[in-house]
Amino acid sequence: MSAEPSPQSPWQAATISRIEKRTPRVTSFWFQPSRPFAHLAGQHVDIRLTAPDGYQARRSYSIASAPETGGAVELAIERLDDGEVSPFFHDVAAVGDEIELRGPLGGHFIWEEGDGGPILLVGGGSGVVPLMAMVRHRTLRNTAVPVALVFSARVWDEVIFRDELIGLDDRRDGFDLVLTLTREPARRPSDYSRRVDARMMAQAVERLPKAPRLAYVCGSNAFVSAAADALIGAGVPAGMIRTERYGV
Amino acid sequence: MVTRGFFSGRRPPSDTDSRIPPGQYLEQGFPVLSAGPTPRVRTEDWSFTLKQGPKPLKKWNWAEFNALPQSKMTRDIHCVTAWTKFNTPWQGVLIDDILADAGIEPPTAYTLALSFDGYSTNVPTKDLVTGKAMVALLYEGKPIPPDHGGPARLLVPHLYFWKSAKWVNGLQFTDRDEPGFWELRGYHMYGDPWREQRYSSDP
Repeated sequence: MSAEPSPQSPWQAATISRIEKRTPRVTSFWFQPSRPFAHLAGQHVDIRLTAPDGYQARRSYSIASAPETGGAVELAIERLDDGEVSPFFHDVAAVGDEIELRGPLGGHFIWEEGDGGPILLVGGGSGVVPLMAMVRHRTLRNTAVPVALVFSARVWDEVIFRDELIGLDDRRDGFDLVLTLTREPARRPSDYSRRVDARMMAQAVERLPKAPRLAYVCGSNAFVSAAADALIGAGVPAGMIRTERYGV
Repeated sequence: MVTRGFFSGRRPPSDTDSRIPPGQYLEQGFPVLSAGPTPRVRTEDWSFTLKQGPKPLKKWNWAEFNALPQSKMTRDIHCVTAWTKFNTPWQGVLIDDILADAGIEPPTAYTLALSFDGYSTNVPTKDLVTGKAMVALLYEGKPIPPDHGGPARLLVPHLYFWKSAKWVNGLQFTDRDEPGFWELRGYHMYGDPWREQRYSSDP
């Protein structure tokens, strides 16, 4: 008997293989897909939770791991107290749990080594996650493409991936990290203690050897609006700015 | 596949359940999503052009466009990022009334909506006419804020909301169904929320 191959569901089971707290509000979860896939830096996956009565909730989460890492994909999930999916991950999910996942998704907010640079990355809070995949992609490709990351967080302890980012900054290999803390004094000489503005963006552009080819901005809607306007104020053409926003 | 330990969730009230498409949740706010910075289009610089392929059929400035017959539409809207918002009140010009003012019948079966920032999205022409869609000029009785697509955005509420192009500045009739910005980047060519046509691999 022959049968047509049935179309494969875009959803697949993925097993949580590791959990690591990153900051008081952000925890990384590694998902091992049953059908491994290749992704691009900046892409996201959709996650679907199903209750016993059939009710489903789905959300999109950016991938933090580099394409080169392979295997399990890292999602860094911020706890939103009034959320319905993030509290499940923070309070209930455990290593070994199976979660439905779909992806990789997204074809705009992505960067590959071959796209060239320099690249200016601007992230607010958990908006750094897809940018982290780009930074890690750059590191693992061992490329000299200049990349500057301006990362805004409220306080030092909410700087996601802080030790890893500072370690990469210390290599002085063309990756430049600028932290700006909105509710605490700056800790490092190159850092700021205020919200992103046009002057900060102009100084970030000056850290690059030449004008950025592309700028990527990710964070809450308010953050992205302010940062994108600041970039335009610093002379970055609107057509070179890619944004990804979340929240109301 | 039932998820271990997932019981809570924001189940919609039973009287509204039938208004929420599969995989969506009810949102009270009005989230903003876009692929780039928000363009600030001044109404004195604004225009709207009907085109067939590259050929302009008719062009309106802001005053001329606002003088067209205006209609109101209050609709539920559904974003592909999974939020649904009920009862959003819009006012603007039905595509039917734009075509009537241009004195034409829809020349082709497919349309690309075009925007000031270079965005585009494809919609079958039949989904734009017979009262199904408008170029919205007001939201909640006031000018549409730039973040939400003002001065004018397309409103095609029965499709996922990326089809309702922000900062719209024209409709281009095309012979074939040509993918727009997101459709070239993995999103569905049609985008019916009730059939969950989110991504290009969805049936």
